[in-house]
Amino acid sequence: MEWLYILMPIAGVKIFWPGLIILGVGVGIIGGFFGMGGAWMVTPGLNILGFPMAFAIGTDIAHMAGKSLISTMRHGKFGNVDYKLGMIMLVGTVVGFEVGAQMVMWLERMGNVEKVVRWIYIALLAAIAWMVFHDVAKRREKERLAAARGEKLEAGATGVEWHKALHKIKIPPMVHLKEAGVYCSAWLPIFVSFATGWLAGILGIGGGLIRMPALIYLIGCPTHVAVGTDLFEVMISGLYGAATYTYKGRTELVAAMIMLVGASVGAQVGAVATKYIKGYGIRIAFGLAVVGCALSILMKLVQPWVPQFKDALDTSATVLVLGLVSGMSLYIFIRMIQGVKMELARKKAA
Amino acid sequence: MRRIKTLFMSLLTFVLAIPGLALAAGGGGAPVVIVADTRKLDGVLAWWANLYNESHLQFAVLTIILIPLVGVIFGVIADIVMNWIGIDLKSRELAEH
Repeated sequence: MEWLYILMPIAGVKIFWPGLIILGVGVGIIGGFFGMGGAWMVTPGLNILGFPMAFAIGTDIAHMAGKSLISTMRHGKFGNVDYKLGMIMLVGTVVGFEVGAQMVMWLERMGNVEKVVRWIYIALLAAIAWMVFHDVAKRREKERLAAARGEKLEAGATGVEWHKALHKIKIPPMVHLKEAGVYCSAWLPIFVSFATGWLAGILGIGGGLIRMPALIYLIGCPTHVAVGTDLFEVMISGLYGAATYTYKGRTELVAAMIMLVGASVGAQVGAVATKYIKGYGIRIAFGLAVVGCALSILMKLVQPWVPQFKDALDTSATVLVLGLVSGMSLYIFIRMIQGVKMELARKKAA
Repeated sequence: MRRIKTLFMSLLTFVLAIPGLALAAGGGGAPVVIVADTRKLDGVLAWWANLYNESHLQFAVLTIILIPLVGVIFGVIADIVMNWIGIDLKSRELAEH
């Protein structure tokens, strides 16, 4: 079975390469569907496969750049990418991220910041999960009320509409974002991207997990456009991240390429699946992914209080993350197959 | 409306004030040098590891060219396959529910 292992030229370790492809397919599907890089899923996966931590982040970012490029191309053809919004937000994201990263160094000098950062992360994920499920509940309530009046809600109607209050701020220059169908002050996306980039920099994450809901709830993008535009951002920041990590010598290109073989297929499946699933289906699945991510971090955080369960909690966190990746990617894949079957049947009947 | 405007403006001021504080903090630790062991490698892998040892800049430039290139190639292949299956890859219905 030696042929199933490949020697990584830089890291110097032998890795089970089919595992890299499977991991790539899973995170590719989830990334293309939700519009995020998915570093929180890849890192434990790479660790299990025996990857040294020093190379895990760089390798993950390198494959993420290629994967999100494929997803962006697909979402772009569907009209899900608002390039103007993406470019405006890119400025705020990059500046915000750098400021966040510098702030972490500043805070580190004042004491142990790691635990504080993880608790902030938990609070943020809890807030995002609440936001998503509150929105879903509100939308259902609106639907019930409309049904009681004998009416039907329009296809684009949403539950919470916080973005409408923010759109009332008319500080020039004003911008019209065609694909997103939004007319607002340019300062709104700049401010939102700075805040999400700043949080991502502090938390040491890519930011897709924060930016996607921010695009929906603060900017007012339809779910599909939020996914596509976020992927455009992930692609640019992924390329920048890959360049800096590789220049520091922390990328294993061979592993990134093998992962990309699986991720390119997965990213297409995930992106095409959004065609067959309505916005609220994506929002609910995203909320569940956020809950899973929060639980896995919580399992790491409580370990100092229950040291006797440390190993069990570590294993449970890894099983939870990998179970979530497998379960969600399988669900998305099945929905995509069902959608394709229906589309082909419709074409045949026409 | 006025309350939202005041909140927005104060947040904007706060955000604009952060960079000065954060940039003043500076940062960075001692660099760790990793050297690839090329003794067990041959062919392309040996060349790749040698490139890593000799110049991180060339290694980084090549990586940044190769990743999008491979991404586009795989993306186009997947497009061809999906088109062949008969999936409409150019339009979708935008609906929240």
